[in-house]
Amino acid sequence: MAERTVAACAQEKATSSREETRSQERYITPPVDIYETTNGLVVTADLPGVAKESLDVRVENNLLTIRGKAAHAAPGGPVYREYGLVNFFRQFELNEKVDQSKISAEVKDGVLTLNLPKAEEAKPRKIEVKAE
Amino acid sequence: MAEWNHFSDVEALRREIGRAFEDFGFEQGPSHRVAFLPGREPRRYPLVNLLEDKDHIYVEALTPGVDPKSINLTAMQNRLTLAGEKSGIPGDIKPEAFHRNERASGKFVRTIDLPVEIDETGIQAEYKNGLLVVILPKAEKAKPKQISVKIA
Repeated sequence: MAERTVAACAQEKATSSREETRSQERYITPPVDIYETTNGLVVTADLPGVAKESLDVRVENNLLTIRGKAAHAAPGGPVYREYGLVNFFRQFELNEKVDQSKISAEVKDGVLTLNLPKAEEAKPRKIEVKAE
Repeated sequence: MAEWNHFSDVEALRREIGRAFEDFGFEQGPSHRVAFLPGREPRRYPLVNLLEDKDHIYVEALTPGVDPKSINLTAMQNRLTLAGEKSGIPGDIKPEAFHRNERASGKFVRTIDLPVEIDETGIQAEYKNGLLVVILPKAEKAKPKQISVKIA
């Protein structure tokens, strides 16, 4: 078994409630990478076609919500179609060990990067061993 | 050492057949396919949409996280080749530090046969919010002509 310290864990929340209440609105789940650094968690998500203005990232009751409205960039009438762009939606449940006031987000080239820093008390501490 | 895995072969075959049928319009909508995953699935990348108006053909490609500087476009007659690279997660992250790893990265090349002949000299390309748009002017002889009917 690989030894690892899970200081702050983001768990995916079932989003079935949303499907029931907003059945008209179609959305897709963006692929994400979540990895841990010494400072906290980094979440990156592919959100092609989402401008900064139409991206909504929020944290409520330990629930991180990523929501984006995607728009096509090319004019003209369709000839051949391999993909559609509908709204993006994904939720993750955050652990208390994430310092929610210090979360920062950045979007570049259709990729969202979220920094979720660990709360001070959850950071690993090196304990000095004194030799007599 | 490569391990023989029957299940992954069957899965790859299933996807390949699925894709072949999709091309014939058996699948409902292509809206479920949005991820950029070259090398992970037997698909052509990047995914493209083709649009047109009277004078232009537009190619819109799904390229999230692709550095616009790495994109290389070439056109000849009615063929357009898209090449580029999507940068991955910085290399110093240990595999055990990942909680989710769903995005893929890497180089891609795709050649598209355009339905009409194009004027190679006037091609323009834009990159915005992870979408690449190539604007290709139609060749003069490929443009629709208005024919007036004379009344005898």
